[in-house]
Amino acid sequence: MALWTRKSVNVVNHVVSRVGFLGMINQSSWPHSFYRKHPISDACARNLKNPVTDFVNTPAHFPFRRFESTKAETQSDTLHDFDANQQVLDFPGGKVTFSSELRFISGSPEERVHCYRVLDDNGQIITGSTYVQVNKEVALKMYSDMVTLQMMDTIFYEAQRQGRVSFYLTTVGEEAINIASAAALTIDDLIFPQYREPGVLLWRGFTLQEFANQCFGNKADYGKGRQMPIHYGSNKHNYFTVSSTIATQIPHAVGAAYSLKMDKRDACVVTYFGDGGTSEGDFHAALNFAAVRDAPVIFICRNNGWAISTPTSDQFRSDGVVVRGQAYGIRSIRVDGNDALALYSAVHTARNIAIREHRPILIEALTYRVGHHSTSDDSTKYRPAEEIEWWRLARDPVTRFRKWIESNDWWNAEVESELRNSVRKQMLQAIQVAEKVEKPPIADVFTDVYDVPPSNLVEQEKLLRETIKRYPKDYPSDVPV
Amino acid sequence: MAGSVSGSRRIMGRLLKCGYGYGNGFLRQFSTSSSDGKSLNLYTAINQALHIAMESDPRAYIFGEDVGFGGVFRCTTGLADRFGKNRVFNTPLCEQGIVGFAIGLAAMGNRAIAEIQFADYIFPAFDQIVNEAAKFRYRSGNQFNCGGLTIRAPYGAVGHGGHYHSQSPEAFFCHVPGLKVVIPRSPKEAKGLLLSSIRDPNPVVFFEPKWLYRLSVEEVPEHDYMLPLSEAEVIREGNDITLVGWGAQLSIMEQACLDAEKDGISCELIDLKTLIPWDKETVEASVRKTGRLLISHEAPVTGGFGAEISASIVERCFLRLEAPVARICGLDTPFPLVFEPFYLPTKNKILDAIKSTVNY
Repeated sequence: MALWTRKSVNVVNHVVSRVGFLGMINQSSWPHSFYRKHPISDACARNLKNPVTDFVNTPAHFPFRRFESTKAETQSDTLHDFDANQQVLDFPGGKVTFSSELRFISGSPEERVHCYRVLDDNGQIITGSTYVQVNKEVALKMYSDMVTLQMMDTIFYEAQRQGRVSFYLTTVGEEAINIASAAALTIDDLIFPQYREPGVLLWRGFTLQEFANQCFGNKADYGKGRQMPIHYGSNKHNYFTVSSTIATQIPHAVGAAYSLKMDKRDACVVTYFGDGGTSEGDFHAALNFAAVRDAPVIFICRNNGWAISTPTSDQFRSDGVVVRGQAYGIRSIRVDGNDALALYSAVHTARNIAIREHRPILIEALTYRVGHHSTSDDSTKYRPAEEIEWWRLARDPVTRFRKWIESNDWWNAEVESELRNSVRKQMLQAIQVAEKVEKPPIADVFTDVYDVPPSNLVEQEKLLRETIKRYPKDYPSDVPV
Repeated sequence: MAGSVSGSRRIMGRLLKCGYGYGNGFLRQFSTSSSDGKSLNLYTAINQALHIAMESDPRAYIFGEDVGFGGVFRCTTGLADRFGKNRVFNTPLCEQGIVGFAIGLAAMGNRAIAEIQFADYIFPAFDQIVNEAAKFRYRSGNQFNCGGLTIRAPYGAVGHGGHYHSQSPEAFFCHVPGLKVVIPRSPKEAKGLLLSSIRDPNPVVFFEPKWLYRLSVEEVPEHDYMLPLSEAEVIREGNDITLVGWGAQLSIMEQACLDAEKDGISCELIDLKTLIPWDKETVEASVRKTGRLLISHEAPVTGGFGAEISASIVERCFLRLEAPVARICGLDTPFPLVFEPFYLPTKNKILDAIKSTVNY
């Protein structure tokens, strides 16, 4: 071993002597420049000067420690162990210190990255937590929307099982990620969703009727019946239309965020994806582009453990997703995805950083997909039913949040029962109405491919209409011709 | 290839003798004055169009690999200095990222002009182009669109490009409803068609004939002008056979027309310009007149866009056709470096096909 070490020293010395003319500088001058380049960021310093204007929504309870928590960690340990004989070379990308030690950086840290949480399992705030206050009004809307989301999922799922809609996909287990992240944003923030975030749309005021119209693909569906159920999109809610493809929306979010920055808008972009999506090239492309272009975008990964049947152990070897951020130069945080207060605080803070400092943020929310991947999937074929039950009952994010609002005396069983009855009624009504509304007209097949249909589509529409006339029984009768 | 067009109508622009010049940043920008505009080469005409696009729309952005310093073909020369590094910038080396980013930018009402350095490298972005850009408007029921997106990419043979600097991938994109595919033949056409593509409210894939970047020279009006998309142009009138092509291949086809003329065959040559949605009517009218059709492109013959043109015209003109439709295209092989002269649909291959079709 000693021999190898000496050899490596020789190699380094050799390199040093050969590249010296390129601009070797005495190491005594570099720690200063290092500090100049990587201090607590300027923007954080700005925040310190004027915390009230930066966090108007969270005045009273806002602890000073919060600012510490938002700054990037300085990598102080690398500063301590340099050797006096070591030298620094100004490579493209900045100065790098040489080391005579042949040592590989570990592929995994000794300890997994910690997970930020505020509420304990019993819905009580953990003593000493740093978090953003949620007032009663917001808290009750958060809870109501989580319950509504859960009930909407249950009823649509049943409707699919009864053959009334062709497909469905639930968000069960991930209600806190959906609703709490939405609550921490403003309507001006743009959403580029995957497909398991209908709660964001619900929070923004998309009605149960609008959800039902999409799932039934009727005339009132904004997508004109062209996509499968759950592919929602709403211009007025700044919620870009869902596509089934995985991770393709992530680079879109970066381009849109860059546009917001160029227009000096007081808004950011938020994009969601699952653990499986982080294996796609688009995820990596997007993080890298966001870092290089300093785009105000928040990447929220719902790490729910499963990409259809593929567990995260078959998906990646890294400590989840949060560690990818640093590799791209992106501030990142791991959050308990079943803790609505933690999610709210993390997203609220991330939004401020993204907009004020023009930088992307990566949030990994650890959670569990309690439902099957979709109605086309039976997840008990690849994971134990007991595991699902444990997450559904013991780790339910909605129950945990309810305990917190109840402990504040903001909620009780009576109001709970009223809410559930009301949502059930609205849901059944929405489904009944959506079922009766006619399908979009046949003309909608041909519009919107381009801004104006070109001659080939005009011709094909004419031919199709003639065929329908000859063979009306070949075609669904509920689509107006 | 060079020199033989003198005396004919200057439809393709004049071809300079010294070709083979891609990636050589040291060559001076070709530009000489004349009465109705300047004589420009193709890359300079593209550069002029980009300047006009940026000048006329403050929401226009240009980006891609190496575009900051002017691009490996110099098409973006001077743009970063003029419009700033926020609007003209390098991207990481990642085509799916370039197009994905561009879609998001375009979806916000901007003109996103993305450069893919070579058409051969567009495939990592294929999913973003096919599944995202092309369907963005349709899947949202016209609530959202990325119509401001234009993807520029140099395509085609260049004399020494081998597998990965020579391909003509247009047919892949012609199978995608929602896209427009545009290919110019000359500097003047390039400027007008590029400005139309950038301003068209639909995503456009704009392939630039890189062989002609420096080789093709033409008088190009200095002002802001646009040429219509989805309109083909009869660039040479004739009675005996219709030839259809696009981009750099047209200059080869024109030479074949001239040689055929010496044998008393009158050829009509059509520049399709926009491949989808394409101008069937112009081609149909011409074939109704001549009764014969030849299509030529550099891309491999099987599954090439020539097949689509052939099928469509046979559907419409079956009884008027006096000979089978001829396709003179690239071989069904990868693009082979030292065998390029064998692979390509050269003038004499076209000339033979003209003769055999006319004498069928």
